[in-house]
Amino acid sequence: MEDKNNATGTRGVCVNRLKKNDFVKNAGRYSLLLPSLVFMIVFAYLPMFGIVMAFQDYDPIAGFFASDFNGFANFRFFFASGEWMQVTLNTLYLNALFILTGMLMSVFLAVIMSELQSKAFTRVSQTLMTLPNFVSWATVAMFSVAFLKADGIINSAIKLVGGTPIDFYSNPDVWVEVFVILRIWKSAGWNSIVYMAAILGIDKSIYEAATIDGASRVRCIFSITLPLIKNTVVLMTIMNIGSIFKGDFGMIYPFVGNNTELLYTTDVIDTYVLRALSTFPNYGETAAVGLYQSVMGFVFVIVSNALAKRYAPESAVF
Amino acid sequence: MEKTRNKIKTGKGELAVKIVMYVIAGAFAILCLYPFFQVLISSFADEVTLVREGYKLIPSKFSLSAWRTLFADQTIVRAYGLTIGTTVIGTALCVLVTAMAAYALSGKKLKYRNFFNFIYYLTMLFSGGLTAYYIVVSKYLNLSDNLLVYILPFSFNVWNMFLLRNFFNDIPEEIIESAVLEGAGEWCTAFRIVLPLSLPALATVSLFTAVSFWNEWMTSMLFIHDEKYYLLQYIIIEMVDSISNKNVSGAPAGESQQIAVTFQLATAIATIGPIVLLYPFLQKYFVAGLRVGGVKG
Repeated sequence: MEDKNNATGTRGVCVNRLKKNDFVKNAGRYSLLLPSLVFMIVFAYLPMFGIVMAFQDYDPIAGFFASDFNGFANFRFFFASGEWMQVTLNTLYLNALFILTGMLMSVFLAVIMSELQSKAFTRVSQTLMTLPNFVSWATVAMFSVAFLKADGIINSAIKLVGGTPIDFYSNPDVWVEVFVILRIWKSAGWNSIVYMAAILGIDKSIYEAATIDGASRVRCIFSITLPLIKNTVVLMTIMNIGSIFKGDFGMIYPFVGNNTELLYTTDVIDTYVLRALSTFPNYGETAAVGLYQSVMGFVFVIVSNALAKRYAPESAVF
Repeated sequence: MEKTRNKIKTGKGELAVKIVMYVIAGAFAILCLYPFFQVLISSFADEVTLVREGYKLIPSKFSLSAWRTLFADQTIVRAYGLTIGTTVIGTALCVLVTAMAAYALSGKKLKYRNFFNFIYYLTMLFSGGLTAYYIVVSKYLNLSDNLLVYILPFSFNVWNMFLLRNFFNDIPEEIIESAVLEGAGEWCTAFRIVLPLSLPALATVSLFTAVSFWNEWMTSMLFIHDEKYYLLQYIIIEMVDSISNKNVSGAPAGESQQIAVTFQLATAIATIGPIVLLYPFLQKYFVAGLRVGGVKG
């Protein structure tokens, strides 16, 4: 009799414990996570485990679960080649230029657009400015052929004013400027939306008070608008710095492709890996380069977040 | 007297500033549009005249031959169909999976939601790199030369998940609570109540997703070996590579002209795709969606 009571007692505890377990209580809600978790594990976490390849003499048949380890031999190759300096510097230099020029141009556009009073004009010009953002870099690269080729539009214009034509596709030095300009053309209008939203959020009565006190529009921009959107600008810049180690192969590869003459200034870590993978891959070595990039990128994310905490506490991501 | 003069003076200065601002905004907008216009109109130009006279705002002789060749080109027509297919199916699947996860993690109901948030968030900070991804997809999943490779790896988007989750968080708790009281299960609540209430956010996310499916090319480069199954964007990239590389390597001029210039331009215009034509009408959703995402960074 006593035993039986005990038995039901423990069973009751078990059922209670089950009921308390959140996975059981909210099973329906958790089950909605299943599909995304599967995709996540297969396409994001399994490759993370594949990082071990960087320390392996990778054997394509054995896979990364069974290949032999060879220590840091894969890293030695990349770091001894001297190419690592080149691609790292290119990555950082290009991204730093993109972040700086992009930020200046987007803020500039946002300030100007928010000062315009004609609603129709603002809407039409904003539509046009954000249009290039939705076109792929491949298409832009194809457009650029019409502009940059020997008999293209830009060289025709240069000849018209009596200058020397530029041979874009064999001159690596001009591509930094070309990419900066294309980048502004493609995304400055789109990125200015975030800053416009910030400007729209500013209390209108501040401007009214300033105008009554005799402040001009230009004065209002420098003394009200810019100081009040500073936090947004800092936040966006910090987020961009967090990804400064990611080379934009989506932009660079369509333009440069396998054109070796342009690699000197345009080859970034990502295009280096992509080219290596699509030609004669040594998987261990390309994985080592990838790991180097991931670790450095992670460090930059942590550093930029620490910066955010310090200078704009409400904008820190974690 | 002194006062009025000052007023007129500032009035004039203000007017000048105003005009300058309109001019700058207008000029940048036109600059954004000009390449599209130039390439579009030149694609309707006569090939011989275009090569002889160079690019003009209005070509002196029009011709439809480039577009005729384009529509007759089997490779491009097939790639176009394939790209539309992957975009439609991929977008539907990705938005579905992403929205389900976003709803599950919204609100405060799940005790372990922060653990899952972290699991998802970590993949935005750190990745296994392209090589490991390549090995997983080609060796372990055996997806090389399989059309599923265009869809499965992109079936879930963490960034969009957080964007949607923030949007769902703003739906009043009472609406969801009352649905549960009426006896609706979680799946029913998600599909019958939460998603229909979030159409602007879903529209935004769908468009972002569709654009990224449409613009995808690296998958063709890495995993597909049969030219027949290349996506549109990769065909364009190969075309650019062959044009710009041949000019460099000093090949005879005749050879680099093998692909007619007007044909290149027509292909570029065709590649932009139908999404951009929809864009002006959907812009307000884009902007609204971006602001939703901007709230929490």
